[in-house]
Amino acid sequence: MATIEQVAPVPRLTSADTLWSWVATVDHKRIGIMYLLGALVFLVIAGAEALLMRAQLATPGGHVISPSFYNQLLTMHGTSMVFLVGTPGVIGFANYAVPLMIGARDMAFPRLNAMSLWLFIFGGLLMHFSFLAGQTPDTGWFSYAPLTAHFASPDYRVDYWILGTLIPSIGTIATALNLIVTIFLFRAPGMTIRRLPLFAWMMLITSFLIIWAFPPLTAAQAMLLVDRWLGGHFFNTMAGGLPILWQHLFWAFGHPEVYILILPAFGILSEVIPVFSRKPIFGYNFMAAATVAIAFLSYLVWGHHMFATGYSIPINASWGALSVLIAVPTGIKIFNYIATMWGGSLHFTTAMLFCIGFVGTFVFGGLSGVTLALVPIDWQVTDTYYVVGHFHFVLIGGTVFGLFAGTYYWFPKMTGRLLSERLGRWHFWLFLIGFLLTFVPMHLTGLIGMPRRIYTYPAYPGWSELNAISSIGAVFMALGALAFVWNIIRSLSHGEKAGDDPWDAYTLEWATSSPPPPDNFREPLPPIRSRRPFWDRKYPDEADWKTEHGG
Amino acid sequence: MPGVAKQACTSSPRSSRESMSQRTRIGQSYHHARRLGAILAVLLGLVPTLALAQHPGSVFDGATPQARSISDYFVLVLILAAVVFVIVEGLLVYVLLRFRARPGDGRPRPVFEKQHLEITWTVIPILLVALLFVLMLPVMGAAEDAPPDAYTVTAIGHQFWWEFRYPEQNAIAANEMHIPVGEKIRLRLQSADVIHSFWIPRLNGKLDLIPGQTNEWVLEADTPGEYMGQCAELCGVQHAWMLLRVFAQPRPEFDAWVAQQAQPAAAPTDPTAQQGAEIFRQQACGNCHTISGSHDPGGVAPNLTHVGSRTTLAAGALTNTAENMRRWIHNPQDIKPGANMPTFKLSDAELNAVVTYLEGLK
Amino acid sequence: MAAEAFPREAGHAAEERLRAIDPNVLGVAFFISSEALFFVSLIIAFVVYRGRDLAEATGHLDVGRTAIFTVALLASSGTIMLAERQFKRGSLGGGRAWLAVTVLLGLTFLIGQGIEYLGLLRQDITPQSNLWATTFFTLTGFHGLHVFVGLIVLSILLGVALAGEVTRRRHTALTAAGLYWHFVDGVWIVVFSLVYLWR
Repeated sequence: MATIEQVAPVPRLTSADTLWSWVATVDHKRIGIMYLLGALVFLVIAGAEALLMRAQLATPGGHVISPSFYNQLLTMHGTSMVFLVGTPGVIGFANYAVPLMIGARDMAFPRLNAMSLWLFIFGGLLMHFSFLAGQTPDTGWFSYAPLTAHFASPDYRVDYWILGTLIPSIGTIATALNLIVTIFLFRAPGMTIRRLPLFAWMMLITSFLIIWAFPPLTAAQAMLLVDRWLGGHFFNTMAGGLPILWQHLFWAFGHPEVYILILPAFGILSEVIPVFSRKPIFGYNFMAAATVAIAFLSYLVWGHHMFATGYSIPINASWGALSVLIAVPTGIKIFNYIATMWGGSLHFTTAMLFCIGFVGTFVFGGLSGVTLALVPIDWQVTDTYYVVGHFHFVLIGGTVFGLFAGTYYWFPKMTGRLLSERLGRWHFWLFLIGFLLTFVPMHLTGLIGMPRRIYTYPAYPGWSELNAISSIGAVFMALGALAFVWNIIRSLSHGEKAGDDPWDAYTLEWATSSPPPPDNFREPLPPIRSRRPFWDRKYPDEADWKTEHGG
Repeated sequence: MPGVAKQACTSSPRSSRESMSQRTRIGQSYHHARRLGAILAVLLGLVPTLALAQHPGSVFDGATPQARSISDYFVLVLILAAVVFVIVEGLLVYVLLRFRARPGDGRPRPVFEKQHLEITWTVIPILLVALLFVLMLPVMGAAEDAPPDAYTVTAIGHQFWWEFRYPEQNAIAANEMHIPVGEKIRLRLQSADVIHSFWIPRLNGKLDLIPGQTNEWVLEADTPGEYMGQCAELCGVQHAWMLLRVFAQPRPEFDAWVAQQAQPAAAPTDPTAQQGAEIFRQQACGNCHTISGSHDPGGVAPNLTHVGSRTTLAAGALTNTAENMRRWIHNPQDIKPGANMPTFKLSDAELNAVVTYLEGLK
Repeated sequence: MAAEAFPREAGHAAEERLRAIDPNVLGVAFFISSEALFFVSLIIAFVVYRGRDLAEATGHLDVGRTAIFTVALLASSGTIMLAERQFKRGSLGGGRAWLAVTVLLGLTFLIGQGIEYLGLLRQDITPQSNLWATTFFTLTGFHGLHVFVGLIVLSILLGVALAGEVTRRRHTALTAAGLYWHFVDGVWIVVFSLVYLWR
């Protein structure tokens, strides 16, 4: 590992800059940081919502909160995590790192980028304003029709849900367009598509997923608004409408959306694991190809959310076949990470710990996903805590751990200071233990009959015990999250200075100062002749273009 | 911990405190082990589930050919998954221990790819999932068919209760369904308002009740007993208290039950009950709740013609006792806030009378 | 506008062709692909619901009149291409003229849509009337909204062209807007066929 050089005084993140300069910025780095800060704020809020739910469920017949408030919390928790934490979180890192990694000066459309950010912030604020207005959405994060129809939801809750997700989604689509054009047209000379860092490649594929998956959601929400505001009949069975149409359109978005959430996390791992294994990523070509396969298949499997809605055997079986198939390219990546670490020299920094945590938990979450793709098993466990356990394994163990890893990895580049490794280890262990305590039991709870989205339950044998364990685990997760937030706050002013390249890493963002100057690169870039151009410059005798044929 | 063991041998006050806390710890561990055992027992279907069944059991404790077919398949899949899990996690742990950085480590040899290996670990998973898929198909078939002449019950989902119609006998029940044991029953699923889902883990997987369409499911209990479940699709504020009970009975007993359900309401003979019937009319409860001949179409609230013979009230929120019925009528919002039943301002005497009347409707 | 990156690299032919594409044009092309799926979703609803309705109102539509306005819209695709060609040739006056005609034709189409809507509303046919009406108004309404947004963009570009020179950058903006405009016309061809022509 390279030693941390003492550089000229580390520019403070807000050095000589005003609040206005941040608000008015079109710099992708600042926009990325603001995305991440926004996601962090919404993470804390959504986490608090979850804690309240767990407090309510800790005992049977609990009276911590009312039934209607419980439904509001579960809706806001799910909706926020997907639209205001996960998606902005991955976009934040994409914004920050992709232009740097490809040697560009900024994104293709900087002002569009800023618009996307403010649409996210405004949409999130609108969504949470619903608390103040007493109109918090309460129909679940996928808001099935006709529970969302006027007759079943006569007030404005559903409308807050629609607008609170629609507005940020416009920004998300715009960012995806921005990323596609940036990655296609603004790579530095020598960086062919096949030499893209895997995080950039994943963000490219994710962007295609975004632009082709959000439209069905937007269309469905438009139809719902027509029903609710103009007396339309899209989902009105009395007039011939079909509630199932909502489900088709929603999951046509919803399934690709979960890959939108996980592919960037895979991308982060693909950067971090090699650096802390002191080896290049194993199997770049298969990783890239597997990503395309995942993206393609993700559009075809939406029906596995609808196995219990009454379709015929051939139809359900077809969706099942495609769904088990998508497990394969996802599983391959796990093997690639293990192979990358094999024969390496593993440094267990906090970023690396979260990557390892990801790999360990994602195996479990992926396997439970395979069981859910098998139709008759799904008939028993869908809409139960088994599913809740599954998707938290892949979304927390996957996406959130990936975002944590990315934070510990890129924070030094963003701020010029390292996050504390000591606090980082507290964060990791508290969070991991809490996570396992909370979500492993949920698989059992589902198997013994507990459905999702119930504010309380009878004192059935096993239900009380398992729920109590889950609720205790949530407290540990909260403590871990607090350690994380404290780590960030403290390190901003007291963190050890990082220098340009604290990790002895491989990609171009480390070839500039920490933080980078406004136009990213002052010095000429290293010549790009392989997938690890910065490594090649630092270690010319072991440059990839010498040791790897092709590339 | 070596320190503790050494001190336990001496007779200092400290050691006796420690051995006492050791005993308490052991006592606690035994208690936890019993609880864990209880969970596992429920999971493995070892908890007796006849007659006094008060919980849904587990998906592995099937009482029908369909549920057992699914759980057998599920166990097979879980075993396979466990093997994969152990192998992959084992590899991960091995890698973490074997290749952790040590001082003096040279630079690791870069390995960019190994195509044969990568193809192998692509093809094998494809074959495995294909196998799982093929094995799945017969299980799907077993859970779906009911012969055209099967006895049919229609379940209609409401916010937040279940309506059961027995078209052959013209009987209507609510929240509790009886079926003949040992026969394939066709269950037709409809909804009066939003999407609900019918789920009894020991009888079959779940199937949704979607307004505007009729879904068909099959129940084939082979052991008499009480089977529990609940609504499994968020349907509004009281989704949690939309419990479901199915009683499987031998044919003769079932026939007797459904014949009884088809009878019009017994006219009250007791004067208090008669007074209760009068209050029922005055308060216009019949606007939502149908009593008398079950020839009336189902209303917006459970049919009460035979409410006295049900085991629970408010879709499982309360056991059916006079006291609970009084509590419910007095203030339903207290027990099930958000349920569609309004609160009635009845005096104690009036409540008494109504409860006597309703409990008499067996 | 797009940040100017490093000088283009001489290399692969495919890479060269890719990097020669203007960022605005590439961005709009992918944007169109996204919007296309939005319309596909609305169209699927229209088609699926077509047979389910109890009362239909296709008979209330004036196919002939709408066909005329359709021709106007399609012609505007042609005129915008003419405008682009004029600007490329350096003929500012010609470019401005054809661009103005494009805007007028687009406006004509919208007026025609408005007349159609007014006629239906006078017969008490609203999105609330029946399922067909719901899907009809939603599908044509969102299309009209896209035309309207396109007209705003074209009017701004017309204003820019009237005010001064059309630089190379502004020219690519017109190309990008033209792509969007062709898309909007393409959607209308599909919608018109499904809604007005298909019985």
